[in-house]
Amino acid sequence: MFNFKPKHILQSLLLVMALGSTVLSAATDDAFKVGFVYVGPVSDYGWTYRHDVGRKAIEAEFGDKVTTTFVESVDEGADAERVLRKLAQDGHDLIFTTSFGYMNATVKVAKSFPDVKFEHATGYKRAENVSTYSARFYEGRAVLGTIAGMMTETNTIGYIASFPIPEVVRGINATAIAMRKVNPDAQIKVVWVNTWYDPAKEADAAKTLIDQGADIVMQHTDSPAPLQVAEERGVLGFGQASDMKTFAPKAQLQTIIDDWNGYYVDRTRAAMEGSWESVDTWQGIKEGMVGFGDYNTVISDDVKAAAEIVRSGIVGGTIHPFQGPIRNQSGEEVVAEGNVLSDEVLLGMDYYVEGIVGSLPK
Amino acid sequence: MTSDAWVLTALTIITAATPLVYAAIGELVVEKSGVLNLGVEGMMLAGAVASFAVAHVTGLGYLGALAGAVAGTTLAALFALLTLGFQASQVAAGLSLTIFGTGLTALLGQPLVGIAFKGVPEFAIPVLAEVPVIGQLFFRHDLFVYGSFILVPAVAWFLYRTNAGLTLRAVGDSHDAAHALGIQVLRWRLAAILFGGCCAGIAGSYLALSYSPMWVENMTAGRGWIALALVVFATWRPGRLLLGAYLFGAISILQLHGQAVGLEIPSQFMSMLPYLATIIVLVLTSMDRGKISLHAPRCIGQPFYPAS
Repeated sequence: MFNFKPKHILQSLLLVMALGSTVLSAATDDAFKVGFVYVGPVSDYGWTYRHDVGRKAIEAEFGDKVTTTFVESVDEGADAERVLRKLAQDGHDLIFTTSFGYMNATVKVAKSFPDVKFEHATGYKRAENVSTYSARFYEGRAVLGTIAGMMTETNTIGYIASFPIPEVVRGINATAIAMRKVNPDAQIKVVWVNTWYDPAKEADAAKTLIDQGADIVMQHTDSPAPLQVAEERGVLGFGQASDMKTFAPKAQLQTIIDDWNGYYVDRTRAAMEGSWESVDTWQGIKEGMVGFGDYNTVISDDVKAAAEIVRSGIVGGTIHPFQGPIRNQSGEEVVAEGNVLSDEVLLGMDYYVEGIVGSLPK
Repeated sequence: MTSDAWVLTALTIITAATPLVYAAIGELVVEKSGVLNLGVEGMMLAGAVASFAVAHVTGLGYLGALAGAVAGTTLAALFALLTLGFQASQVAAGLSLTIFGTGLTALLGQPLVGIAFKGVPEFAIPVLAEVPVIGQLFFRHDLFVYGSFILVPAVAWFLYRTNAGLTLRAVGDSHDAAHALGIQVLRWRLAAILFGGCCAGIAGSYLALSYSPMWVENMTAGRGWIALALVVFATWRPGRLLLGAYLFGAISILQLHGQAVGLEIPSQFMSMLPYLATIIVLVLTSMDRGKISLHAPRCIGQPFYPAS
């Protein structure tokens, strides 16, 4: 409902100013230049914030040899292409585009700038100079789903989802599968808010889900607003992308922490040394790309132990979050016992599994 | 849903509508005086950031709300300077106010991001709060919500039952006639604009202090534009405006409920509804000039040159 943003005119002006100043800095030094394009503000305390932590890790690692630039709150539409083109023109050697919606713009701009290397997060289109990378967040969701399934008393988990893309659907399904393993009666109610970041709307969604009986709220949107609502209403929830404990010390049971630092440093080094190649990277808990916060003290030892078994099982390869038997919503078996879903299927996931209320928007 | 769940849902709708009520009733008064201020969104953001800053530093939520009102009024004063003082185009000045407010608040608000605030206290009204359903719906709120209950009838009374209200409407309907009667057109418009800014500031404060107590860039997310649409939807009548605010609030909340129970209505369609409703009202207004547009200020958007 709330999408009209005339602020983009101002943002564009500021952007021109910001990029103008980077042109100036380029003239004075010849450090390796790394650019970042963010979908939200760096201060969102979620997705974008964690990418920015990764950017700072690059600066800390290479010091004077690298300069980094970022452009925040870039819309996933036509804006993205313009911003990318500008970054490439200004002499950036490596550019990270950190949202799914930048995929086409990244591939298009990369074609015009064959010497610039691009890294697109969460997408699937690659080229000679475009790599893709993502984290297996669904592994983290399996751990959270285990906790949720054991701790819900109403057997209802509320899930605030952003857009019906495979990444988000996979997270919901991983949660549901893990939850049903420990609690076959539990179900997930999903609300799509069609935004990554609108605190008031995310809060509305949280209230709605709690009003409908959810006693644990999970989110795949980026602001801490749903957790704040959970805290206020005395229910439980999980952080998203970073530790949101300050917003909900009682409600936050656990959180997934995105950790891009290692990947960003490695890729920057490769690009600087000339060994950079177009690759597809998808790392999980084992490699450290998906991390966790502290367990809330209200979590009992049993629950903690169960969550840790799932976590270490995933790390050790004995547990796969999408291990058969898996049934879809209508009860048909989609994965037989003993099989696991391939990455290819996971990347295109477009159906709900058993235990989720409602139908997936197409 | 159980009856209890219905009450909770209605409660959420009331709180979702509250910022719309404030912003829209302020804009209604502005428009009644013959001025169109498209800067509601910018003034709301100014209110949000200022209120959160003051509340965070002092720990006093309602003091923050006061600061928010002052911040909204200050931006409105700037708008008044441009449009009344320099006779700038109201549309252009209003739009720039929104753009300026969005950018400025993002800049000023940077140190406030990621800070948690506990929210403002609620006050249950003794006895009345104990009445089943009604007590829960109307008598257990924070001061913002009580304020919104009182504000709309107060504005309606002012506009239609007082001499000052009559004068304000006269200024908005025909500034030349009002001027000929010796009414200080610009002063009345200034007062209306400042009132509108104050209300928008409070609307922003409510979002930042009570609804989702935090500050983030552009946190109003278009609610200022909904408030503007709401004034037209209400055909400039306070009573309809209140109904409209709850209707718009209900649409945004019920579409979420619909999803959670598995109704298959595209949520984008529901998100579009407030604007669709406004367009329909606009069409009706232009079809039936006599009745529906009776309350539309005739001089809206036109600059007034005192010399003429």
